[in-house]
Amino acid sequence: MITDHLPVLQVVIPLLAAPLCVVLRGSFAVRQFVKVVSGLTFLCSLLIFTHVTRHGAMGYELGGWQPPWGIEYRVDALNAFLLLIISGMAAVILPYGTRSILREIPREQHHLFLAIFLVCVAGLLGIAVTADIFNVFVFLEISALSSYALIGMGRSRRALTAAYQYLIMGTIGSTFLLIGIGLLYMKTGTLNMADLALRMPPPHESSTVIAAFAFLSVGVSIKLAVFPLHTWLPNAYTFAPSMVTAFLAATATKVSFYLLLRIVFTVFGVGFAFEAMHLQLLLPPLALAGIFVASTVAIFQTNIKRLLAFSSIAQIGYMVLGLSFGTATGLTAGIVHLFNHAVMKSSLFLAIGCVSFALGAVDLRAMRGLGRRMPFTMAAFLIGGLNLIGIPFTAGFVSKWYLILAALEQQRWFVAGFCLLSSLLAAVYIGRVVEAAYFHDPDPQLTARPVPRGMLAPLWLLTGASLFFGIFTSFPVGAAQRAALLLLGGAP
Amino acid sequence: MSLVLPVLLPLAAIPFLIAAGERHANRREAVSLAAGALLFLHLLRLAPAVFRGARPETRLFDFLPGIAFGFRLEPLGMLFALVAALLWIATTLYAIGYMRGHHEQHQTRFYTCFAIAISATMGAALARNLLTLFLFYELLTFSTVPLVTHHGTDEARRGGRTYLGILLGTSVAFLLPAILLAWHLAGTLDFTDGGILRGTAERPMLMLLLALFAFGIGKAALMPFHRWLPAAMVAPTPVSALLHAVAVVKVGVFTMLKVLVYIFGIDLLHELRLSDWLAYVAGFTLIAASLVAMFQDNLKRRLAYSTVSQLSYIVLGGAVATSAGALGAGMHIAMHAFGKITLFFCAGAIYVAAHKTRVSELDGLGRRMPFTFAAFALAALSIIGLPPGGGLWSKLLLALGTADSGHTLLLAALMISSLLNVAYLLPIPMRAFLAQPPQVQEHEDEAHPHGEAPLPSVIALCFTAACTVLLFLAPTPLYRALQGMVLTGGTP
Repeated sequence: MITDHLPVLQVVIPLLAAPLCVVLRGSFAVRQFVKVVSGLTFLCSLLIFTHVTRHGAMGYELGGWQPPWGIEYRVDALNAFLLLIISGMAAVILPYGTRSILREIPREQHHLFLAIFLVCVAGLLGIAVTADIFNVFVFLEISALSSYALIGMGRSRRALTAAYQYLIMGTIGSTFLLIGIGLLYMKTGTLNMADLALRMPPPHESSTVIAAFAFLSVGVSIKLAVFPLHTWLPNAYTFAPSMVTAFLAATATKVSFYLLLRIVFTVFGVGFAFEAMHLQLLLPPLALAGIFVASTVAIFQTNIKRLLAFSSIAQIGYMVLGLSFGTATGLTAGIVHLFNHAVMKSSLFLAIGCVSFALGAVDLRAMRGLGRRMPFTMAAFLIGGLNLIGIPFTAGFVSKWYLILAALEQQRWFVAGFCLLSSLLAAVYIGRVVEAAYFHDPDPQLTARPVPRGMLAPLWLLTGASLFFGIFTSFPVGAAQRAALLLLGGAP
Repeated sequence: MSLVLPVLLPLAAIPFLIAAGERHANRREAVSLAAGALLFLHLLRLAPAVFRGARPETRLFDFLPGIAFGFRLEPLGMLFALVAALLWIATTLYAIGYMRGHHEQHQTRFYTCFAIAISATMGAALARNLLTLFLFYELLTFSTVPLVTHHGTDEARRGGRTYLGILLGTSVAFLLPAILLAWHLAGTLDFTDGGILRGTAERPMLMLLLALFAFGIGKAALMPFHRWLPAAMVAPTPVSALLHAVAVVKVGVFTMLKVLVYIFGIDLLHELRLSDWLAYVAGFTLIAASLVAMFQDNLKRRLAYSTVSQLSYIVLGGAVATSAGALGAGMHIAMHAFGKITLFFCAGAIYVAAHKTRVSELDGLGRRMPFTFAAFALAALSIIGLPPGGGLWSKLLLALGTADSGHTLLLAALMISSLLNVAYLLPIPMRAFLAQPPQVQEHEDEAHPHGEAPLPSVIALCFTAACTVLLFLAPTPLYRALQGMVLTGGTP
């Protein structure tokens, strides 16, 4: 049945569609084509998600080779949720992008741009779906290389240096990952993640495994932009085309976070990571420092894209903090925030993309008086900002609730206190933009061109989702709780 | 459904308000009045059963696993909702005169935000658990910011920033962790007769929790978090009257009472002497704020500090942890509401008719505006606690409750503060009626003769002043209604 092939179709559809884009060439045709492809991809992950929720994990043996010899795709409660996020984001952002690239990418490059974009989507989906750790590396490189290209296609020439900076850091990260995988293979002779977990020697017997853990976690942390390995992120997000920033902010770091979860909990296990490697002591200082430093830096930014990029680094800190508790509540917090942050940050970047489309500028000065000139866009930005602060009735509140609850459960009062304080920092940096937009008079020299409905609709879809999931929380919270239980070795 | 209606009714009016817009001002105001009347009638229909002891409740959906979003009626909330709904009608009537007489801009936005604020107040009054209450508490904060900054001047913006900064800061930094901690300790957040915290933690932990609640509920304006209230006085007078004398501040003290009575439980507070310090903080606030009020020449600022002081009466009533104290606190919510709204109405009427904002300018004005100043005098008597004002009864109960608890010092504070009330409130009508109008003023007035404020405003302020007298003559229904609050849960 087709259902059995869904895991592989999930990756194959966008991967094969990419060269077709190049064949099609014409800007209009390609732009319609990618919408269809993204819809199909989303449908695929929707089917997978419902199947996994009803019947438990799905496996797929590539080429009929049984694991652990062949490559296995395996979808469980955690990555089914992640697939849904990635393909959902692609399905919302691509229709937006088919408008926004009109002003950002030369027409004759549209087909190349969108082809690379689909490759990037395929790479991210591949990382999520595969159960083979070397295959993870391959897909990571696919998504990384394509994202370097996507960032480099930004309008400003500084996009090139940003992409180059990302390339250097990203390559270091992938190399670390490869070294880690090599060490593990040397010690266990297998690459299947479930199999690796079974054959993992106890930590006190093998310093090789400890080295592998170090390489893998640092490598992923670079990709994830954990403070202080975040240096590539602000420039990359600032200078990339709007739709690329929104998509990468919503998915790329999330996939890296997923990878960190998989490596820590599935491959090495809670015992190894928390009792032998003391992640619960190692990560919180980094996460908290990241939250505070990045939020503080965000306050002083005048370029709004850059401001949101620093905010992303801070938000990654929250996710890592959730992971560092190593408890069911902590993991739930991390995974819920993965979902919520994907929704809210992409909506914020889409809103800024609309501003960029209308004015051609995204600095604080350009934002003045926009509350009246672009009411729909700025209302969406305002709601996204409230999400970041964690105001009740928004999705951000739910993340914060679980995060602080997890800290209280372990009686880490200071961590709980810091989380709360940091949300006040978010209130300051969002407040600056909102004040400029709603309380200052517009700059008369800037003329705003109207934003097409095709861009506003995806923006409001995401904004609506961030409100919807802030009120009816059962879907993200339920999915996150199932995933957290799975990672900690519980049912499904 | 009938329990959700109080929240939905004001919201349902919004589309009509916007549709009517500035062009059909009469229609817009009619919608506002009709919504208020419907709301009040509906609450009136629900009330008798609740006051007889019924506790109708509804759970709409699970906001988070284990925490429902829903409503549950109990006497205190019912009474508060009734008062707020009745005064919404009065304020709308008043606003018609004030906003038109003063040629305010953006009146549709004004009425819309007003409706949202009332809806949030209803939600808070009828909430079934602490989290639902918190959601509406925050909604109220946000919906009132545009009202505070209504004039859009620099001063209004500054006021709005202080307002939002303190209310949001305290609620995020203290109230949210308090709620999380309560959830962590008790495993429930439902308002329960007799409290939910008995036997869940040691005394120091409960003390910490109470401190977080006391200072987290910034709307109760306990010192040192009271500064937002004078800052909010930049708003148009109807806003100051309904929101900053009734809805917003009363949601603050109401939340405080709910927490003291239904989360901690009066018995528990009494046994462990948890709230003695809170009673002293409240005692300090009420004296200090009265002293500050004496030296304010700006009428609205003087009334604002008077409000800060009166709110502490209510907090004190809850914190002395006796049933008479809690009853007096509950009654004072209603008594102070009618008294203070009248005072603000008068202040606004003076501003519209005579363009005067300072106490020192009011000499001899009583002859021109006899109704306004008569109403002012009646309301002032009620606030002070002298006949023929309803405030007499609530202050009597508060004093009795304080005497029961054995805190002689606090009893003295209450008495001194009442004297201070006399000193800063009564000179205002006395100056207006007895002092000679200054000669220069007379000359100017020849050119601009004025009498009373517009008729709707005068009707509104006479109505609320009459209510204070009515509550003096017939306080029994109020007393009976609130008895249910303490009989089931309080000390006998």
